[in-house]
Amino acid sequence: MEAGVLALQGGFREHVTILRRLGANCREVKLPNDFDGLDCLVVPGGESTTIGKLAVEYGLIEPIVDFAGQNRPVWGTCAGAIFLSKLRGFNQPVLRLIDIEIKRNAFGRQVDSFEAEVMTTLPRTSGTWSSSGGGDTGVFPGVFIRAPRVVEAGPSVDVLGRLSTGEIVAARQKNLLVTVFHPELTDDHRFHEYFLGMMPD
Amino acid sequence: MDKNKGTITVKRGFAEMLKGGVIMDVVTPDQAVIAEKSGACAVMALERVPADIRADGGVARMSDPGMIKEIIQSVTIPVMAKCRIGHFVEAQVLQSLGVDYVDESEVLTPADEEHHVDKHQFTVPFVCGCRNLGEALRRVGEGAAMIRTKGEAGTGDVVEAVRHARSVLGEIRRLRDMPSEELMSYSKEIRAPYDLVVSVHETGCLPVVNFAAGGLATPADAALMMQIGVDGVFVGSGIFKSGDPASRAKAIVEATTHYNNPEIVAKVSEGLGEPMVGRQVKDIPVAELMADRGW
Repeated sequence: MEAGVLALQGGFREHVTILRRLGANCREVKLPNDFDGLDCLVVPGGESTTIGKLAVEYGLIEPIVDFAGQNRPVWGTCAGAIFLSKLRGFNQPVLRLIDIEIKRNAFGRQVDSFEAEVMTTLPRTSGTWSSSGGGDTGVFPGVFIRAPRVVEAGPSVDVLGRLSTGEIVAARQKNLLVTVFHPELTDDHRFHEYFLGMMPD
Repeated sequence: MDKNKGTITVKRGFAEMLKGGVIMDVVTPDQAVIAEKSGACAVMALERVPADIRADGGVARMSDPGMIKEIIQSVTIPVMAKCRIGHFVEAQVLQSLGVDYVDESEVLTPADEEHHVDKHQFTVPFVCGCRNLGEALRRVGEGAAMIRTKGEAGTGDVVEAVRHARSVLGEIRRLRDMPSEELMSYSKEIRAPYDLVVSVHETGCLPVVNFAAGGLATPADAALMMQIGVDGVFVGSGIFKSGDPASRAKAIVEATTHYNNPEIVAKVSEGLGEPMVGRQVKDIPVAELMADRGW
């Protein structure tokens, strides 16, 4: 298993550390030829405008779109979720790969950043994820930092996590996963395990 | 729903999301827009860049709240602003304006020569400057969620930022390899909280993100600091005191991402026009050094 983390700017180091801890080989992805032999890709949190500009400037848009088109797992956290979705109300490069409309900074500025429980269909206890565990509602520690908000999700999108108010904060469409919070800032690695389990057989 | 705001996790976590990025000093909304378009991961809103503060002399204070609000409204990226060391009311004002990070900064004239702000009392996170590990851990002990080198702001001379980064990182390496029975004595020697000394000994790194600041002026300066081992960079006077700020800003952003790739650093460094006029730190009278403010 060869995992990559887009390392243009932001919280990529945490993802690399956790994915390695879970047994994957992991590399930083900064240039198009870093995609060679890659099985899955994480687009981390960070500043979405910065990540978008650098991705355009260094020719990474097409490789990411091709990679996702080959049914390989791609996971966006926070800014990464913005990058994979359809962005409402802002003019900046995004990929529009997943059928989700998203709004930036929609919970407020940094003073409004918060921790809250996410109700998730991922299994309750940390351990190797298997599809048989789906449907078992658990709680995940959600860290929301200047987080974006999912304003609309298409019919083919599966919801994997909500706030207790009902808002969608984690979702999957086929090989694409988005979380608007930061599992990589917690000791709970269930989303990382789940992501590694998304590899097609 | 229970939302916990202002926790250590969201304060420190936000700094994690700034890593690998460039935070740029701006004095007008137009400059903030140029910074955002160039790929800055945040801007520092202030009335005068350090080079001008240095040239003007006098007392440097928090910027006009109206000007900070205009900058907040002009960009979507995070906005930071500076308060004077120990001036907790300026910090309260900045928090009320909705700034995303407060820099308790030696670039402004200190309001208190003994006490820094008790940063645990705030919802907004703080970044503070340091010259060595003891100073870094004292600030973390007071609640700083992010650390930066002090360097020597407004000079365009990177030598002090290098000195401070090497000092912090070298001391971390020594502490990591220290026998545990020496930790209390070391904590006394560097005047740092014992529990934080133990934490750095065990993890081999600071508990918060560590940026370089103070004197960076070129893409190669940014890449140098990244290779030395900081997590990202602040560029103050270096951008908007140069001949072509937009090109230089973009080049420094790209050099910070691709800091390990000399071909890219070379390419982005081409034809940037005049860098800011520098001033060697060793020519500055001791009384005018900003890095010696705070303890």
